[in-house]
Amino acid sequence: MHLMSTKTAALHVEGVSISFGGLRALNDVYLEIGSNEVVGLIGPNGAGKTTLFNALCGLVVPDEGRFFLQGESRDFPRTDELVDLGIARTLQGVGLFGDLSVLENVMIGAQHLAQSGLISAALARNIKDENRIRERARIALERVYAGGLASRRADTLSYPDTKRVAIARALVSEPKILMLDEPAGGLGVQDIEWMNTLIRNLSAQMSVLLVEHHMDVIMSVCSKLYVLNFGEVIASGSAETVRRDPAVIAAYLGTGA
Amino acid sequence: MQLLNTILIGITAGSIYSLMAIAFVLVWRSTRVINFAQAGMALLSTYFGYEAVTRIGSFWLALPIAMLGGAIFSALVEVILMRVLVKHSSSGPIAAVAPIIATLGLLGLIRSVIAMIWGGQDLRIPPPVSNNGFTVNGEVLVFSPLKLLILITTFILMALLTILFQRTNLGLSLRASAYAPEIARLSGVRVDLTRTLGWALAGAAGAVAGVFQTVNGNGNFSPDSIEFSLLLVSGFIAAVIGGLDSLLGAVIGGLFLGLVISFVLIYLNGGLFFIAPFVVLLLVLFIRPQGIIGAKAGRRA
Repeated sequence: MHLMSTKTAALHVEGVSISFGGLRALNDVYLEIGSNEVVGLIGPNGAGKTTLFNALCGLVVPDEGRFFLQGESRDFPRTDELVDLGIARTLQGVGLFGDLSVLENVMIGAQHLAQSGLISAALARNIKDENRIRERARIALERVYAGGLASRRADTLSYPDTKRVAIARALVSEPKILMLDEPAGGLGVQDIEWMNTLIRNLSAQMSVLLVEHHMDVIMSVCSKLYVLNFGEVIASGSAETVRRDPAVIAAYLGTGA
Repeated sequence: MQLLNTILIGITAGSIYSLMAIAFVLVWRSTRVINFAQAGMALLSTYFGYEAVTRIGSFWLALPIAMLGGAIFSALVEVILMRVLVKHSSSGPIAAVAPIIATLGLLGLIRSVIAMIWGGQDLRIPPPVSNNGFTVNGEVLVFSPLKLLILITTFILMALLTILFQRTNLGLSLRASAYAPEIARLSGVRVDLTRTLGWALAGAAGAVAGVFQTVNGNGNFSPDSIEFSLLLVSGFIAAVIGGLDSLLGAVIGGLFLGLVISFVLIYLNGGLFFIAPFVVLLLVLFIRPQGIIGAKAGRRA
């Protein structure tokens, strides 16, 4: 059993189970993210990390499970509710709109700031919204040190730059919980160093959950780890505890626990 | 002088095809459906316009009323019919074509209902200004004040649409939803709303196309008007040769098609009138299957 410190948790889930056909992708999984905590989700390929991520942001609906936001029970969110709940995520495949500009890509993340409705949208109010959102998007780009990229088309960016822009798009909605799907995936050493610093800085303002294969990223930024294997949490705790856990070592070495 | 005539007639007709093509593109971008009922919606909107013009007497008030009617009807079709169809047909071989077949059915249904309400006879929307050609150097052109008005109005509407898409936040949502709906939704765009809005805009564009197609002809229309079959064919072909994804492509495709038809009509043989658009379609598909404007560049506009 695990103890939940529900008072402080920004988000926690328990008893999450998901099956795809006959395949049990997640089985009674739990996860807790404290305020301003950086939590890592690791495990071998196919362990269910991305499935859990998808369940948290509404791309997959769990068969069972309970979802708590700031200690309050509610349904698992739908994708269109995320921004209002203060949750933002980046995608493994980055997911930028290739033929929009970088600034426009980031502006997309701030649509909830638009106050004008459908009718008034066509009128002048929308231009006011537009300016405010544009300003927010610029600030978000500056936060990931990508201000200079604003007018570039997204499909002309280098891979590391697309990662920055994707994070800026998540940040512009001012989330309380930021979910990063393999933020360091495909990055070189220098960019990984940069990403580590960014994540640490961000945790001053929000909680961060990340799925990552790079163990050096995990070890250097995460205050807590959850290890998934075959759809179950096989270990959780501080990076040091988890690193020495025999079940984790077995899972990674593939010898069976 | 005949050359000038041919070009002006072609551009006028082409601008109407462009509006229709824009309607096809807006629907395609928002739901990935070819809406063959677009012609039926344009026809219905023309009846709305007819009712308004008969009661109010002002063409320029009737036009926005027809647009509003067309927009509302189109939005309702999306919410009531397409949303359910797309959701239910998520698997199986019929999945990809079911919504498109449904639009064909809807086309027939709209025409029948119109015939029930207004009857099958010709009704008339009188042109707001003279359709007698301008006189230049003692020669009478086919190009008339009416055609000039159609041209100007069409281009104003296109400019407004461009501003909406390129300069407003709403347009940004529309473009993002068209490009990748799932990512847009994750980022907080209300994709259902932009989808409905795409259909509504298409309905309004189709309404203008319907009314203009009618007054640019002899002003008469009925549920079986050949003018609306031409509008359906030309609008669809213009959208396809424009790349189906691009508003700019739709405009270029429409103008190009208008010019081709006009040249064929005047310089070759009036009997080729209906064949010309299809020949153009086949040629474009053979030579440049991605359309005049490639899909990549296309979505930006």
